[in-house]
Amino acid sequence: MKKIKIGHVFTYVVLIFGALLMIFPFYWMIATSFKTAAEYSSYPPVWAPSNWLNFSNFIEAFKAAPFGRYFLNSVVVTVISVTINSFTTICASFAFSRLKFKGRDFLFGCLLSFMMVPFEMLVITNYQTVSKLRLINTLAVLIVPFTTSIFYTYILKGFFDTISDSLYYSARIDGASNWKYLWRVMVPIAKPSLVTIILLNTIASWNSYLWTSLTITSNINRTIPLGLTVFMTDAGSNQQLQLAAATVTVLPMIIIFIFSRKYIVNGVARGGIKG
Amino acid sequence: MKNVKNKSNEANIFNRKWEPLIYLLPFAVGLLIFTVYPIINVVIMSFKEGYRLSGAFNGWGLANYIKVLNDPLFKNAIKNTFTYVFTVVPIATILSIIVAVLLNQKIKGIALFQTAYFLPMVTSAIAVGLVWKYMFNTDIGVINWVLGLFGIDPINWLGASNGVAPYNIWVICIFGIWNMMPFTIILLLSGLQNIDPLYYTAARVDGANSLKIFTRITLPLLSPTIFLTLIVNMISSFKVYNDVIPFWRGEAGVTGRNLFTFVYYIKNAFYSNKKLGVAAAASILLFGIIFVFTMLQRYIQKKAKN
Repeated sequence: MKKIKIGHVFTYVVLIFGALLMIFPFYWMIATSFKTAAEYSSYPPVWAPSNWLNFSNFIEAFKAAPFGRYFLNSVVVTVISVTINSFTTICASFAFSRLKFKGRDFLFGCLLSFMMVPFEMLVITNYQTVSKLRLINTLAVLIVPFTTSIFYTYILKGFFDTISDSLYYSARIDGASNWKYLWRVMVPIAKPSLVTIILLNTIASWNSYLWTSLTITSNINRTIPLGLTVFMTDAGSNQQLQLAAATVTVLPMIIIFIFSRKYIVNGVARGGIKG
Repeated sequence: MKNVKNKSNEANIFNRKWEPLIYLLPFAVGLLIFTVYPIINVVIMSFKEGYRLSGAFNGWGLANYIKVLNDPLFKNAIKNTFTYVFTVVPIATILSIIVAVLLNQKIKGIALFQTAYFLPMVTSAIAVGLVWKYMFNTDIGVINWVLGLFGIDPINWLGASNGVAPYNIWVICIFGIWNMMPFTIILLLSGLQNIDPLYYTAARVDGANSLKIFTRITLPLLSPTIFLTLIVNMISSFKVYNDVIPFWRGEAGVTGRNLFTFVYYIKNAFYSNKKLGVAAAASILLFGIIFVFTMLQRYIQKKAKN
């Protein structure tokens, strides 16, 4: 009995120590956003700002760069691209899971093999394509190439496959069209999987950077990660202002994570691939 | 009555034949333009010598590949990328195994622990990297302060002295480990939860201690998952790019070149130098590495299933 207790104490000590190490950068980022310039650069470090309601860094950061606009751009791009992507994913997953057509499994196998192609390899051609479509430096350039996802289709199709066939046939016998069956029966059943896909896609879209940095050239169209990198290269911007802006960047994702941790964790565990 | 209705539906061959296409169309359009075509095109492009954004080129051949492989900048990028991959992945995996095994018990506050350990997965590396930059500051950074408690002199993490910056790579490796752990812990935890609890019960009945249970039962049964996480993480870290962005104002290291990675090289060739053929050849080489590791992953997954 005593032995178990010692083991438990060890577990908690290690886990708490590790958790503090993992969480510390977030604490430090938020705390520093409220620090004065003097507190920022004092050494030994000041562990907490003297005034937790000192919002001047946020106000100054928003004055120095249009973070409100960046934020809005990020929201618009994320909402539209996730919506379109979810729609194409639902339709394609349904076709691959329920409808019968020639070469279906072969086609799906091909798709899976495309999954290993890194996006970095597609960037060069996609850049040329969006240039031809005259999308460079519009918000559309951040949406149009991301209307489909093989990975999310793979996850959702996997879930659709687990929904019993008898449900499908009885619905069809009752005269429901495929379309009706998909949206009235399958989508509601697949809600947990769908939520997972939407969350992973939201996170990926919100944080995406490489493509944005290549295709967005004007200040007014920047999303928040790009705005942040431009802000940090601007001479004269204080680091505590940068951290205030960084806090604004990560806060929505932290909130989403806290409220939907289970969905995200399950999705990652099932997919085995980063979102 | 219902059967008749069904039959008439079935008889509508036109409808049946074309229906899948309608469902696949929105997906296929995006896929063909932004995934399939670029894959084909990048292969072709990599053999076009002197290819420019306008589409003009000088001729066909292997010149792009030769140029890439002989470029000192590329060799440096390979060195950095491999150092990063083979430092970050093993260390992150070992730490994640410890955390996952400890988390896989009946403990209080599991939600709190999970939130703490998983949070870096959802936050932008660029945004959080900025606070790491502050933490790595030589003069006022909290990391050097902690090291000072152990009598270690301040380390010039982000800077260079006499033109060499040996600690720059450490910065992105440490940051990379922190970034990689959440994903790795999640995969390992799901692997641990698939282990039949009967094994543990049997071992305890036999009087095995915790260490023995860990080395004789947990590790062997978890090994397919461990291999899987190793490979998936390697694939993703060969593409290291965002992790470097926050520390040197978007540049690759303090000199702007010393921390070039594979993706930096591709982006630089394509975006800064407008040498599209060179960028294409480099990205094919990146794909080659990823292909090998993906095949390895599929092989292990297949073996684990049997």
